[in-house]
Parts: sequence; structure tokens; C-alpha cells
Amino acid sequence: MAKTIQEINERIKKGKAVVVTAEEVIELAEKKGTKKAAQEVDVVTTGTFGPMCSSGAYFNFGHTKPRIKVGGGTSYLNNVPAYTGFAAVDIYIGATAIPDGDPRNSVFPGEFNYGGGHVIEDLVNGKDVAFVGTGYGTDCYPRKHVETLINIKDLNEAVLFNPRNGYQNYNVAVNLSDKVIYTYMGMLQPRLGNANYCSAGQLSPLLNDPLYKTIGIGTRIFLGGGIGYVVWNGTQHNPGVKRTPGGVPTSPAGTLAVMGDLKQMSPQWLKGASFTGYGVTLTVGIGIPIPILNEEILVHTAVKDEDIKAQVVDYSQAYPQVQPGSLGEVNYSQLKSGTIEVNGKKINTGGISSYAKAREIAQSLKQSIEKGAFLLTEPVALLPSADSGVTFKLLNERPLRKTRGK
Amino acid sequence: MKKKRVVLTLPPDLIEQPIVYNLIKNHDLMVSILRANITPKEQGRLVIELSGEKRKVDAGMAYLSGLEIEIQPLAQDIKWHEDRCIHCTFCVPTCPTGALHRDEEGLQVSFNKDKCIACELCIKVCPYNVVEIQF
Repeated sequence: MAKTIQEINERIKKGKAVVVTAEEVIELAEKKGTKKAAQEVDVVTTGTFGPMCSSGAYFNFGHTKPRIKVGGGTSYLNNVPAYTGFAAVDIYIGATAIPDGDPRNSVFPGEFNYGGGHVIEDLVNGKDVAFVGTGYGTDCYPRKHVETLINIKDLNEAVLFNPRNGYQNYNVAVNLSDKVIYTYMGMLQPRLGNANYCSAGQLSPLLNDPLYKTIGIGTRIFLGGGIGYVVWNGTQHNPGVKRTPGGVPTSPAGTLAVMGDLKQMSPQWLKGASFTGYGVTLTVGIGIPIPILNEEILVHTAVKDEDIKAQVVDYSQAYPQVQPGSLGEVNYSQLKSGTIEVNGKKINTGGISSYAKAREIAQSLKQSIEKGAFLLTEPVALLPSADSGVTFKLLNERPLRKTRGK
Repeated sequence: MKKKRVVLTLPPDLIEQPIVYNLIKNHDLMVSILRANITPKEQGRLVIELSGEKRKVDAGMAYLSGLEIEIQPLAQDIKWHEDRCIHCTFCVPTCPTGALHRDEEGLQVSFNKDKCIACELCIKVCPYNVVEIQF
């Protein structure tokens, strides 16, 4: 018997909803069978906590006296540049932005101690941040310079807006070359010295709804410790990749664009992160509830680490040079065991995404729903599906043309 | 059998003194040099492990104390900020001694400072400054 989100929400309001995490549902489905489990369970909660580079926040810092327009000028938060292309006092800071004076990789490998991700964490933590803004001056916005400490509680709006989060599956990174390399997948030791992976596996939101049947535009989520929403597919959304018979993609696939009010989020779930030799980013906590509307959806949520495969990719040559193919496939159960085998060699693995924290998020979301404090939403539109034809393309480079009196 | 790990900070005028040689020859100790950062005319840093009979290790320590150098137990030199750790396990495969290790389920990371040799590889790898080394 199919359920609706409205029915599930009624049960949530009465405190009668049956909610389990994406880990707990595995055992439940094995014990009771998927049909019975689907009848009994209302919501399965998922979670993930990992670095998500395509993240940022926009702020309206309020007009000055006299007025200034930083749009077309510059703005800096703790020396980290924010984007000033939105009107007078709206600015956007990205997680990977770094100070103009940061040495970057000029002394290799760079430390990247502070950047956009840390600014966002500091603001959410209630810390004062140094804001410096300049404008070119107009009749209506005559002021040209402002510098002041600002605090998140004084901002008119502080909105986390992340163009690409929650990657559905990711690569396992290794290094075939003879020297250490520094990447967004961490420090990789030469000659298959180590392997790093980044996914919550069986707890991961999109891996529990692999064909995007329930997660869509308007889905209410746990974001950064507060409430957020899925607002679009994320950039690089690539639903048409190869999948297992269970619909689970075997390489990076779907992504989510998410947003929420930064003022109700927590520094525990939004952490600035520094990757030596690579840059700064923001580690984001996301949890998505999956309404169990029918048995098919329940079956998807009962996915196990051993059912989720990832591609082993060489990040010394193949990845930077865009060479297709992989060194093989491994599953998340193998990755989490601490060692995998590639080309006959046993390699130690390291996780970049925290499974322990993903579990905490899934549990926290479960408790919010059980208490009646979190209602599910019906997506207003679904994400582009596996057969939508949407693909992630490389840049087609074309020469710039000089137009002269055409 | 006693083992002791210490961090020695040597002023520029003492870096050419055969400290390790004296510990071995005069105090009958096994000395493992875990880390050495010695540059002529600059302050030097030695991380060593002394092992031998208790009274000999104590005598060796007394000898070191008599020199004008800064001595610090290794454990104090390295701080693992558990409150900052997100238990991602990123650091675990980089640790050559297993001082950073995961629990049985493979999820929670913990730090055994007795095994740490201050190689600092984890510091390069951890994105959240969980491991701090104090000079």
C-alpha cells in the first residue's frame, strides 16, 4: 500500500512516525523482509559530513551612512575576498577563497591556513569578523570605503548557498607516480602508497535514493546543524552514469544545490578545512530524510556498503590529464576495513568524509522527526533523472575571435 | 628496562657537542634518534628515545639536565585536540607507528601518545589542526 508524504507528516505530528536511520534499516529489512519493513517504516534518515568545496554564503550587511555601493568595488572578510557583483551591500563568500597575500603553493606545499571556509565557520561561531569594503562612488552611493567588525547577528541576511554538495559517490584516489602529491583527496603517497576515499557510503543521502525518487527541489534537510532545503540539482549533476542493477551509480553521479539560514546553523557542522598543497574548503553536515512511500524506496535505503562500488583513480596523471578509465573497482566495505588491493598491492585507506559524524547526523535527524520537530516536504520538482540525458561535459575550448567592424 | 622519549632544544653553541655519543658511551644507553633538525649556527632540535636500565636512563637524564639545553618529554610536545577531531580517519594511514588508530569498527580515531614519534606527517594531512606540535 503506497503512502503519501502528507500521511507520514500526520503521523509525525502525532508522534507516531516510525523512523530509522539508513544503517538501522539494513538489519530491519533483513529481519522482516522489505515488504513488511516498507509497511512499518515511515522515514529513513541519511547523513554525511565531508568537505564540500562548492559552498559559500551570501550576506546583506546593511547600508552605511552615508551609503556605499561595494558592487563593482571590493570586499574582504578577515582578509578573504568576497564577491561584489550584487547590488550595494550584498556580498558572497566562497569556501575556497583565500587572502590575496596567501603564498599559495609558491613555497610548496602551501599550508592554506585560512580562507572562505574558515570565515563561514567563524561567523556561525558568533565571532566578530573584520569587514573592509570599497566602492567607486556614485551620486546616490557617495562613500568609497568602510571598515568595521561585523557579527552574524547584526547581518540582515546570512544565507548558506552551496552550488554543489552531497556528491553521489566519489573516486578513490591513489598516486602511481614516484613523488608525493597533494590533492583535494589529500596527500597521496607515491607508488600506490595509500588510498583516500570520500563518501558516507550506506548512510549517504543520494546513495539511499539513487534514482532521485524522493529527494528533489524543495526537500527539507538537515544542513550545517540547522534546517535547509534542496534548491536545484548541484553543478556537475551527472545522472546518466553506469549503475548497478540496484540503481547505485558506480562513479560520481548526482549532486545537490542546497541553501539555508546560516544564523540557525552550528560550527559543529560547518567547519573550515585546510588541505596542504591544495587549498581551503568547508566541511558540511547534511542529513536528508527519505519518506518510505513504497517498497521500492525502502529497498534502495537498505543499500549496504558492500553494494556500493567506487572507481580507483590515479591522481598523479590520469585525473589531472583527464585520462579515462580506472585502476579497478572497490566497495565501501573494503574501503572502511582499512586496506584495499590495487594491482595486486595491499594499500591502507583513509576516509575524508566522517562516517562517525554521518551517523550522528542521521540519528539527530531521526530524533527531530520522532519529536515532531521536523516535517517532511513534497519536492516541487524532481532532479534530472538517470535517463534525462543530462551529462557532465568537459569545457569545449574555442579560440577568442577578434571582432573588428563585422 | 626503561624507555624515555625527550625533545631537546639545543642553543647554537651546543649543537656541535657529541651529546648522543656521550649518552651511549658514558651512560650505556641505546639511543634512537627519532627526529633531528640541526643546522650550523642555528638552534637545533633533537627528538630521541633513551633505553636501558632505569638507573642508567636516570643518569643520562641527569647528564642532559646539566647541559644548558631545554628538555621536554615528547608527550608534552604533541597535543591531540580531541574536541576538534571529526573522526574522518584521514590521518590513520599516514601514521607510521599506529599512534593514530581507528577503533574496531573503524570509525572513531584515537591517539596513543606513547607511540608517537613526532614525525608530523599527520599535521600535514589533518584539515582541522587536530594535532598540534609545540616547539
